[in-house]
Amino acid sequence: MFEYVWLIPLFPLIGVVINGLLGKKIKNETVIGGIGSLMVFGSFLVSCGILIELLSRSAEERVFEKVLFTWIKSGNFNAEIGFLIDPLSALMIMVVTGVGFLIHVYSIGYMHGEEGFYRYFTYLNLFTFSMLLLVLGNNLLLMFVGWEGVGLCSYLLIGYYFHKKSAGDAGKKAFVMNRVGDFGFLLGLFTLYWYLGQNHNVWTINFRQLAANAHLLPVGGVVTVITLCFFLGATGKSAQLPLYTWLPDAMEGPTPVSALIHAATMVTAGVYMIGRLNFVYIRSHETMMVVAIVGAATAIFAASIGTAQNDIKRVLAYSTVSQLGFMFLAMGVGAFTAGIFHLMTHAFFKACLFLGSGSVIHSMHHALHHAHSHDDPQDMRNMGGLKKQMPITFLTFLVSTIAIAGIPGFSGFFSKDEILWQAFANPLHGDLNIILWATGAIAAGFTAFYMFRLVFMTFFGECRIMEKAKSHLHESPLVITFPLMVLGLLAIVGGYVGIPKLIGELFGGIPNYLEHYLEPVFKGSEEFMAQQLAHGVAHHSPALEWGLMGTSVVIALIGISIAFFLYVVSPSIPAKFTAAFPALHRAVYNKWYVDELYDFLFVNPCKALGNGLWKGFDVVVVDGVVNGVAAIVKGFGGALRNIQTGYVHNYALTMTLGVVVIVAFYLFR
Amino acid sequence: METIAIPAINFAPIMPEVILSIFAMVLLLVNVFVPSEHKAYLGYLSLVGLIVAGFTLIGGWGVPLSAFNDSVVRDNFSIFFKGIFLLTVGMSILISDQYFKREECNLGELYPLLLFATVGMMLMASGTDLMTIFLGLEVLSVSLYILAGFNRANVKSNEAGLKYFLLGAFSTGFLLYGMALTYGATGTTRVVKIAEYVSQNGVVAQNPMFVIGMLLMAVGFSFKIAAAPFHMWTPDVYEGAPTPMTAFMSAGPKAAGFAAFMRVAIIAFPSLKADWSDLLWILAVLTMTIGNLIALNQDNIKRMLAYSSIAHAGYALVGFTAGNAEGTAGILFYMLSYAFMNIGAFAIIVLVGKKGEANNNVMDYAGFGTKHPVLALAMAVFLFSLAGMPPTAGFIGKFYLFSGAIKAGYVWLAIIGVLNSAASVYYYLRVMVYMYMKDPVEEFDWMKLTPAVAICIIIAVVGVLLPGVVPAFLLNLAQQAVLL
Repeated sequence: MFEYVWLIPLFPLIGVVINGLLGKKIKNETVIGGIGSLMVFGSFLVSCGILIELLSRSAEERVFEKVLFTWIKSGNFNAEIGFLIDPLSALMIMVVTGVGFLIHVYSIGYMHGEEGFYRYFTYLNLFTFSMLLLVLGNNLLLMFVGWEGVGLCSYLLIGYYFHKKSAGDAGKKAFVMNRVGDFGFLLGLFTLYWYLGQNHNVWTINFRQLAANAHLLPVGGVVTVITLCFFLGATGKSAQLPLYTWLPDAMEGPTPVSALIHAATMVTAGVYMIGRLNFVYIRSHETMMVVAIVGAATAIFAASIGTAQNDIKRVLAYSTVSQLGFMFLAMGVGAFTAGIFHLMTHAFFKACLFLGSGSVIHSMHHALHHAHSHDDPQDMRNMGGLKKQMPITFLTFLVSTIAIAGIPGFSGFFSKDEILWQAFANPLHGDLNIILWATGAIAAGFTAFYMFRLVFMTFFGECRIMEKAKSHLHESPLVITFPLMVLGLLAIVGGYVGIPKLIGELFGGIPNYLEHYLEPVFKGSEEFMAQQLAHGVAHHSPALEWGLMGTSVVIALIGISIAFFLYVVSPSIPAKFTAAFPALHRAVYNKWYVDELYDFLFVNPCKALGNGLWKGFDVVVVDGVVNGVAAIVKGFGGALRNIQTGYVHNYALTMTLGVVVIVAFYLFR
Repeated sequence: METIAIPAINFAPIMPEVILSIFAMVLLLVNVFVPSEHKAYLGYLSLVGLIVAGFTLIGGWGVPLSAFNDSVVRDNFSIFFKGIFLLTVGMSILISDQYFKREECNLGELYPLLLFATVGMMLMASGTDLMTIFLGLEVLSVSLYILAGFNRANVKSNEAGLKYFLLGAFSTGFLLYGMALTYGATGTTRVVKIAEYVSQNGVVAQNPMFVIGMLLMAVGFSFKIAAAPFHMWTPDVYEGAPTPMTAFMSAGPKAAGFAAFMRVAIIAFPSLKADWSDLLWILAVLTMTIGNLIALNQDNIKRMLAYSSIAHAGYALVGFTAGNAEGTAGILFYMLSYAFMNIGAFAIIVLVGKKGEANNNVMDYAGFGTKHPVLALAMAVFLFSLAGMPPTAGFIGKFYLFSGAIKAGYVWLAIIGVLNSAASVYYYLRVMVYMYMKDPVEEFDWMKLTPAVAICIIIAVVGVLLPGVVPAFLLNLAQQAVLL
């Protein structure tokens, strides 16, 4: 099965070609959507086959490279079009194609009747193709192609409703911020390639060769520079501080896009990249610390903003930023498996949440449309009590919310608790561990609060939608609810592949399957880490672990209780609170004014500089020089043109003259 | 009864030539019975011939073979070029029928003539004897003179045919005289034997007869590849000739000229490399610069592309001057890419043009982008490739030509080449400006996209973009095919 790995990205590409070229003519939505979904389903089936074969092999034989052909070769530089299968990429393709397929199906219902339906599915397939290229590429450059490709598709899909100015602006913002990050990625790539080549004559960008030669890299020093450059790329793509502001704005795109690109797959590319390059990252303690701190800070910062948003999708957007922060925290403390674990569970429950919110918005939009109302269908203040009208949406949403809040037994609990425990127990960052743990735990409390606030405001209490519209509220069709149910189920059971050892022992020694599964990928780094901490990995008592686990559960429960109290028991309190602390509320509501700060610091000066250069320098100097040169060159051309008389004898004469000059030159030199 | 002993003749090296000749003669016969509105079938039949010939080519890759007393050879170099010729002719045939129907000049002789021209080009690429090369060149030239003047009712086409004939005959004189002098100096016409003779008798390099012979041959080939100052026939002939024939002439015979030129220079005069490098350096600079400068001022798009084609021969000469593996592989790669992009562009010109060679000005493309977005996009791809921008084959080709020159130490030549390439962007983008940024004057409603032309355009787009994105495969072939 491994030999057929190239089929995985090929299927969506076929979808792109068919829908992109013929979609306009096909017109039939079912056909277009069907082709788009089936292609991804094909990739999913092949991915399943690969995973099964992978699992049937022994741990040492689980790495496979399929090189299709040499792509670019110039001197020492060699880039192939090739795919790398290992436990990490196999897991990623399962997530991308599995969740991707469900979201494709969902889109058929959600995008029904939208103008440019074929355009949507073309982009979505193109995105899937790029994302698969990103995770399967066997070298850094191919990964970068995918990296850029998903960025492009993200831009196209955020700006899908391009006639809306806000959507266009959001697309641009995402693109520009990602460019900043991509620049870092490229610098990291070049530096890594150059360093290994120049100093050790290892000219390669192939992952396996890089991993095999990782011991040539120094600890710290240039590796810190390389990894920080790559990490800048990751902050752009995965919306971390300071480059996160594009993600909330990206909610201008259709909701399934938010679910697929801005929750489940693309934004996790940064985490994946660190996982893929773990052998480089582990060699720079400084970078690891930066990653951990940025992750923890983002987690709490974004979570705090999430508590005061009223737009249902914006809450989820900040939640995504915050959860990505958790993943980076895990990567930063060297708990790569935990980070990838959370990436997977997050893909399930966050995709479910986004799709659920889409279902709500879809229904609200319809109802408001029938009532000829211009109320915002995404504003939670217009919702309430929807659990009666939309039972399936409600149930799946609730399950996922419990999962993200970290209630034991649901997937989010296992992964998040693993991260928090590792943040505390891993001795990599010394005394910083308590701060990292505490930040994470408080962020988890915020998470539980804002998520349940969302649930209570949306599904509980009085229905605040206008009377006329109420009767039009109804559950979404099966094509929408089916993916919700599947994802909701996964949000529950997805965590059981990675049960912490402590709990596993309690139930008769259930192993942590995921840790075992990913071991070949991260083993080298873990051994290296153990070596570095030669004075011994600190051992913690089970009691401590139980205690911390209990603490985080209690914090989550407190968050839920506060939400319950504020938004169900006495809904008048939040308004009073806002009135009592207007400055604080304004600051949080306005996202701590980060956008305004960036406008002030970067956007406006850049605009001013641009305008100045344009009017002062460009128009006068550059245009003057360019036009001058052009005029001179054209003048020459005009003069030469006069030689071209059209008379054959003139031509013959020129030829003869040429011959005479050449012969004379050679004979008399 | 006495039997005549027939020497064993190995036809394998010239199998494609044999097949195409047979097809051409059959077509001449069949032509008589095909009514004029169905001449397209002759085109299809010749395409079959090309495909069959193509199949006989493939098997020879990597298995060099020479025959006819070492006067022809089948090596990777000749196979690569023959592939280019087949492609060029095939694509030109695809766009011919529509054009000649419109011009009401739907004569069946077109296809046999094209096939004979191909045979000529193939002999030029595989000839290892000056006489074989000359024979091939003449077969090609005679066919081309007729093809250039094929549109008998059109004055400009007549002019093109006549001018090409007169100047071609003139240049052939130089070439043949050069060959004669070389023979006089060395006593042989086999290119390998010439090299042997020179290496054994070093003094011959001082012999004026030998030097002049070498130079005059270079002049003859320079005429064929339209290198300045032997380029002056090109604009008039390219503008006047029927558009599909211009497409053909700009790609196929130019490549054939390079093939013969390279074989003679590299195989016969390797020891005089320094000498002919000087000459090639000057030719390259003159050719690039003159071609590009005059192209800036052209309004007729065929004429503009004629000058551009001169400039492109100049780029290829840069790689030739370098004379190393990168440069020569670059020429092979570039000739193939150039065939795709140039014939693709001419296919669009065929579509946009009107009867009587009207509507061929750059201004006539105003608003083409809004009226026919897909075709305009294809044209944009071709123009980008001609201008040498990534991710197209034109970029990769230029990259290898210029990097070959830099590796060989011709840094200045590479700089002049890049500057020229930059200047050329102006006139290519000018078409683009008209296509996309001017309001349409016309409705383009006379345009009719036949399947044949569409196939040609698709082949061209793929041929330009695929090597632009994944160049390694083609480059690998080109590297295997160099003569060094």
